[in-house]
Amino acid sequence: MLDLKGVNAGYGSFQALFDISLNVKAGEAVAVIGPNGAGKTTLMRVISGMTEPFSGEMEMEGKSLSSFPPHQIVELGIAHVPENRRLFPGMSVEDNLKLGAFAKTARSDSAKNLEFVYELFPRMKERRSQLAGTMSGGEQQMCAIGRAIMSGPKLLLMDEPSAGLAPVVVQQVFSLVRRIREEGYTVLIVEQNVQQVLQVVDRAYLLEAGQLIDSGKSKDLLESDSVRKAYMGL
Amino acid sequence: MDEIFDIFLLEAIINGILFGGVLALLSLGLNLIFGVVDVVWICYAELVMFGMYTVYWLAGVYDINIFIAALGAIALVSVLGWLVHVLIISPILGTAPINQLLATGGLLFFLQSVATLMFSIEFRNLGLRLPILEFSEMYFSYARLLAFGVALVGMVVVYLFLTRTYIGAAIRAISQDREIMVLMGVNAKKIYWVTASIGGGLAGLAACLLVLQYDVHPFVGISFGPITFIICVLGGLGNMIGGFIAAFILSIIISIGGLYSEIEWGYVFAFAFFIVMMFIRPQGLLGKK
Repeated sequence: MLDLKGVNAGYGSFQALFDISLNVKAGEAVAVIGPNGAGKTTLMRVISGMTEPFSGEMEMEGKSLSSFPPHQIVELGIAHVPENRRLFPGMSVEDNLKLGAFAKTARSDSAKNLEFVYELFPRMKERRSQLAGTMSGGEQQMCAIGRAIMSGPKLLLMDEPSAGLAPVVVQQVFSLVRRIREEGYTVLIVEQNVQQVLQVVDRAYLLEAGQLIDSGKSKDLLESDSVRKAYMGL
Repeated sequence: MDEIFDIFLLEAIINGILFGGVLALLSLGLNLIFGVVDVVWICYAELVMFGMYTVYWLAGVYDINIFIAALGAIALVSVLGWLVHVLIISPILGTAPINQLLATGGLLFFLQSVATLMFSIEFRNLGLRLPILEFSEMYFSYARLLAFGVALVGMVVVYLFLTRTYIGAAIRAISQDREIMVLMGVNAKKIYWVTASIGGGLAGLAACLLVLQYDVHPFVGISFGPITFIICVLGGLGNMIGGFIAAFILSIIISIGGLYSEIEWGYVFAFAFFIVMMFIRPQGLLGKK
């Protein structure tokens, strides 16, 4: 579904990603794990069009992403749940969700998708007229995921959904990710919370200092000594 | 004696409210543009001046139906607003804010000079004499009542547009997180265009309402520009509801101040009130931070 070949990217003269090649197949859940500053967020931003890559090829279902302006990437079925959720704090939950369906391709299904989001997160229905910025971190994460679902995506990019949340809430967020998988969405997730993310995805890539250094099935990585040492402190 | 005085006071308050309608409309346009594009159009009232001339020439000189003339003025100023954004603001959007102030400030003098060359400094008016409404010993001009009503309708239409449509939601969202809009599939450039055109259209509508009451001349913007800017700052720059409230506060102060002495003193009181308020709430009535 998603194919990256030899992607280099960064900001100005600073290069954050070096020669990244990865792929995500339809129906899969894939994680990119790595320490702070490894380039995980940059990777997500490059795919969703927020940051322009220096070079490299990116394809979604055979279509080259570079041939679309950034705001049309979402119309190809790529929805990005950004780092720190980035809701519109002064707008209601429902307005936030509505903006998720701004893309022309999403508007016709917006009523159906809204119902689906409310079914997935009944809490969002209760809070639909509350200002998004006044909700708890976990609720904001639900809203951010809901907003992404409103665009009717095939692929969900999730950037550190557990960051900044209390441990109990982190558990809830990972069970949310599992729910989303079960609903048939393809997921690409970046996380620092290695142990937990490996339990909800099929495969993972290891990103360090802007380079992919390893990849494999979650099960194997969970048992790999080097991963356990480097990321789980075991 | 007491009773008569109360009636004058009430009349002044009501006239203040009526005057506030158009000021609220103007501040809505300026706030909308500031909220979305993050630029203050110093020359906003000069767009109003061109709208007033449009109505004057179409209806007053060429004798075209006043409603068609009004629509023409709204359309023309709307296009002017779009041009201001595309030609002046857009090329310097990423640069220091002072550049945008200087550019729109410079445009103010440019527009005044163009108007002087085109129309000379003569004061012109439509020569309409709308009747005066008498209501229990108080007098209100129909022009003002009409202006108030239409301004309110205009603001309600903008409100519905902002709350009920996708583009309206994007306009409200863009100031809260500019960078993230691209993930929603929003082309920020297009939102800027729409906003500049609506801002221009509101200036055009205000022009139609003002030309019913005031003479038009190349420097008429001075009468509305500074007060509109002050309303926006008093309400909290970019805050549309704050601007709405501030418009009525200041227009009532002007009207009551004018009751005790000359109308110019009303403006002095209003500006003094504004300066005091800036010490008490520098961020504006509903502004944050």
